[in-house]
Amino acid sequence: MEEKREPVDLARSDFNFANQVAQTEGGQQISRCFACGTCSASCPVRRINDKYNPRRIIRQVLLGLKEEVLKSGFVWLCSACYSCQERCPQGVKITDIMTALKNMAASSNCVPDGVLAQMELIKKQGKVYAIDEFDNKKRIKAGLPPLPEEIDEIAQLLSVP
Amino acid sequence: MKFALFLGCTIPARSRQYEMSARKVADKLGILLEDVPGFGCCGFPLKSVDPEKTTLLAAWNLSLAEEKGLPVMTLCSACSSNLAEENHRLKHDDRLRRRINEKLARVGKEFRGTTEVKHILRVIHQDLGLEKITQAVKIPLTGLKVASHYGCHYLKPSELYDKFDDPENPRSLDQIVAAIGATPVNYERVKQCCGGAVLVSDEATALGLTKDKLDAVKASGAEAMTLVCPFCNVMYDNNQKSIETRFASEYGLPVFYMTQLMGLAMGVSSKDLGMNLNSVKTKELIARFSAEDEDDEKKEKKKVRKDKPGPPLQPLIK
Ligand code: SF4
Ligand code: SF4
Ligand code: SF4
Ligand code: SF4
Repeated sequence: MEEKREPVDLARSDFNFANQVAQTEGGQQISRCFACGTCSASCPVRRINDKYNPRRIIRQVLLGLKEEVLKSGFVWLCSACYSCQERCPQGVKITDIMTALKNMAASSNCVPDGVLAQMELIKKQGKVYAIDEFDNKKRIKAGLPPLPEEIDEIAQLLSVP
Repeated sequence: MKFALFLGCTIPARSRQYEMSARKVADKLGILLEDVPGFGCCGFPLKSVDPEKTTLLAAWNLSLAEEKGLPVMTLCSACSSNLAEENHRLKHDDRLRRRINEKLARVGKEFRGTTEVKHILRVIHQDLGLEKITQAVKIPLTGLKVASHYGCHYLKPSELYDKFDDPENPRSLDQIVAAIGATPVNYERVKQCCGGAVLVSDEATALGLTKDKLDAVKASGAEAMTLVCPFCNVMYDNNQKSIETRFASEYGLPVFYMTQLMGLAMGVSSKDLGMNLNSVKTKELIARFSAEDEDDEKKEKKKVRKDKPGPPLQPLIK
């Protein structure tokens, strides 16, 4: 898959961005990327949606294109499948970097609603899907032990910032 | 061999057939499981928004297993990778551990770093071994052509799993398929992700990925698919119908949890394996191997007591 060369507007770049990413866990190796494209060639998401391109995201980070990376929403297309990370010849922890970028995007409120909704559920009930009386009846009928409906300690742990 | 059974959120609420079959198979193989009522979410869904809370949640769960002095067995691949990763991080990063333990202290818990995390199929394949599986088989699934979907987090990140299987050329599930007498089928894009993780951000891409693999499995001549993760199951089983509608394709491909197939081969009834909870109908396929007679369900509705001995435990297809 041939990529279009896009002009880079360096006036918009934030050179501190690459440093910021390099300081996240797994981000240390990012500057070793030599743009070989192994990540993009291995990426299952890219097979289906060619607008998504991990190599380009890594490049954009190195060029300091912070707004583009965090606001475009592309990072949320990464399924965290680790195909790229397992294969990068330079040891760039691409999947971990994508997670770090999702974290940064989330801190600037660029996060899919569904992801936030899940977070709220976990904070409230300790799980994405709470177990209710009805579930427990079905569980018992299936020979499975009933489970607590809510786990207070988790709510308590997560309620403190 | 004893483990604390970590169910996570999805399985006990949405995928009881996995839990039912896993417990049966563990029992047949002599693996003891202890339930820990305080186990909650593993933290995986928080990972992209709040890594510190992910670690905290994982630490909470791990501390409960430590109190019992047990290793953790997961059924969900995402729970596996997340708990294994956080366990590793907490064990090796003193500052992080101290910070997390300050928070855990508020609910009277402590992470000490004394437990480990393994996926159930890894335990079965690696710790028990294929021979033990073969020994437990009563009805070999002879002639059944099965395509294995490994999924990503069952195998990766591989360094966290001591490379128990090769992510570039995974074999463990195919070997188990063979051990229960069925025929493992190779297909294109075996290693491809199901797409489940991007369902919340881009449905078209997610379902496109799932379809891509369903096409490849269908083309391979496999009669069934097997997998080891509830998220993968949502994509291939629960969403199969809507993918057929959306892409005007046709699969009718039964999708089993590996423990369901193992249980079937070990002579567990399809009811006890929760086969009726699978979205794509499994009945016809199972009838080839099941020890029960076909009208079992109807009989039960009519409240006919089954006190006659069933048909002999033999494969119908040799
Ligand atoms: S595989 Fe590694 S080195 Fe190659 S482009 Fe991707 S990140 Fe860069
Ligand atoms: S981890 Fe993300 S970027 Fe890497 S191959 Fe998978 S989907 Fe693509
Ligand atoms: S991976 Fe998902 S289902 Fe499994 S425990 Fe974690 S959050 Fe819950
Ligand atoms: S295949 Fe999908 S759900 Fe299964 S492990 Fe990979 S990303 Fe997770």
